[in-house]
Amino acid sequence: MSWLPIADIAAQVQAGKLKAVDLVEQALATIADKADYQAIIATTADRARERAANIDKAVTEGKNAGRLAGVPFIAKDNFLTFGAQTTAASNILKGFEAPYQASAVERLEAEGAICVAKANLDAFAHGSSTENSDFMTTRNPHDKTRVPGGSSGGSAASVVLELAPFALGTDTGGSIRLPASFTGCVGYKPTYGLVSRSGVVAMASSTDVIGPLTCTVDDAALVLDVMAGRDPLDSTTIDRDDHSYADLAADLKGKKIGVIREYMGEGLSGDVRPHIQAAIDKLKAAGAEITDVSLPSLPLALAVYYIICPAEVSSNLSRYDGQRYAYSDPDASNLEESFSKTRAKGFGNEAKRRIMIGTYVLSSGYYDAYYRKAQTVRTKLIREFEAAFQQVDFLLGPTAPSTAFKIGENAHDPLQMYLTDIMTVAVNLAGVPAISIPAGVTDGLPVGLQLIGRQRADRALLGAAKATEKLL
Amino acid sequence: MTELTREDVLKLARLARLELTDEEAESFRAELSEVLQYVAQLDDADVSGLAPTSQVTGLTNVMREDEVVDYGISPAALLRLAPKTQDGHIKVKRMIG
Repeated sequence: MSWLPIADIAAQVQAGKLKAVDLVEQALATIADKADYQAIIATTADRARERAANIDKAVTEGKNAGRLAGVPFIAKDNFLTFGAQTTAASNILKGFEAPYQASAVERLEAEGAICVAKANLDAFAHGSSTENSDFMTTRNPHDKTRVPGGSSGGSAASVVLELAPFALGTDTGGSIRLPASFTGCVGYKPTYGLVSRSGVVAMASSTDVIGPLTCTVDDAALVLDVMAGRDPLDSTTIDRDDHSYADLAADLKGKKIGVIREYMGEGLSGDVRPHIQAAIDKLKAAGAEITDVSLPSLPLALAVYYIICPAEVSSNLSRYDGQRYAYSDPDASNLEESFSKTRAKGFGNEAKRRIMIGTYVLSSGYYDAYYRKAQTVRTKLIREFEAAFQQVDFLLGPTAPSTAFKIGENAHDPLQMYLTDIMTVAVNLAGVPAISIPAGVTDGLPVGLQLIGRQRADRALLGAAKATEKLL
Repeated sequence: MTELTREDVLKLARLARLELTDEEAESFRAELSEVLQYVAQLDDADVSGLAPTSQVTGLTNVMREDEVVDYGISPAALLRLAPKTQDGHIKVKRMIG
């Protein structure tokens, strides 16, 4: 049985027509039934059942149970939650029980949502396929021999497998949009700073954002609206709009949409191109003004990202030293050895690779040539986005250059794997919002369409996405 | 072109507090060299007149009152997470000598 729209579920729970306890049981049963897809690391069953019973009781007593009353959801396992370990799919955090919850999770719970499980990811969100998980690889719901995309692959697969009405992901270089594209769901990456990252395992702090994976744009907008806004626990958060992000004007008439030339070039697979072209034609027919837009520095974005991201990763992962929490190697004879043995055994290959690259580009003598240069090219890229948004309201392109690849296909070539993110990373570097929505299927595999908006224009972008969703 | 040596890799590993096996040292040497070659395409980018960006929404110096806020997390709950404790402190291995 598939899930109703999130607003309808909450309304029916509030009206007493649906019971939160039944919704939680439905989610847990589906999770057990679909275990072979390896989307879930652990359930939070006990706590979820208890919360559901409390919500049903509140409804019976005539209390307001919230805008997400009784709605089950799944959190990527880099969100700190009660009720299960928080591992970031890494050996070094195996067994870690969070002493507090992520602010985003707290806000969802305050409106009655119920976390039922923790989803698989590439360890520490480093990857594009979930193959870098220290535990297991999540299977694509459409073809078990293929990856679901990453790093929020468990979250995306959860939504498509209908384990819960929505899932939370994180997007540092495309980690929400890419798996949404590969599995055929909606993935929303908000403006940088719109959702608090307190209590989420940090990856690259200048680009990390939190967002929802859902079946529809309306569902994504509602979840965003509950999570958005300043948080004293995350000083990078920005002011939210007073107006609800879920109140969408789904009209494209007269809207100017720029098709990104650099994303429609030779690197784009024939499996993807026809669907993007068909979407463009439908948008035109619906009254949108379509133009061709060039951001000449886009081909440099991936190189910029693969300097900035590892640099920030190497700093953020320095906290895992085996002294205060998580894995600690028992064989060390002094403190220095305790650090280096703990990290050697606790980190997987990709985390080590990024720590090493990051350490290199930040090291004395190389900082200016790599990190400073990358941050300056980043400025150039931001200027090009600003110039593009002088001409158009939204930018459009594919989310990924291809459909989902085979498990193992890119696993032994880190650089090839990095290229999967080529159409998503620039958005993170510029801090602008973007969404991936399903745009068709080739040989049984979904294709994602990416729409990009101006910084802080999240509601306008979601409105355009809702209108586009109706056309496709 | 940047080709790292084995010594470069071992130095980085020491800076990053990572013990590497011989096999890891060699595979990272090759892989890191490849990534550094890829990012070298930035060398030719013209960035004259541009400053680096590290914060994209324009926030600067976000201030707050310097006061204790009770978030309901006890020191004992945090200490329970540590591998070794003694008398309310985290205990670590010998640092000097």
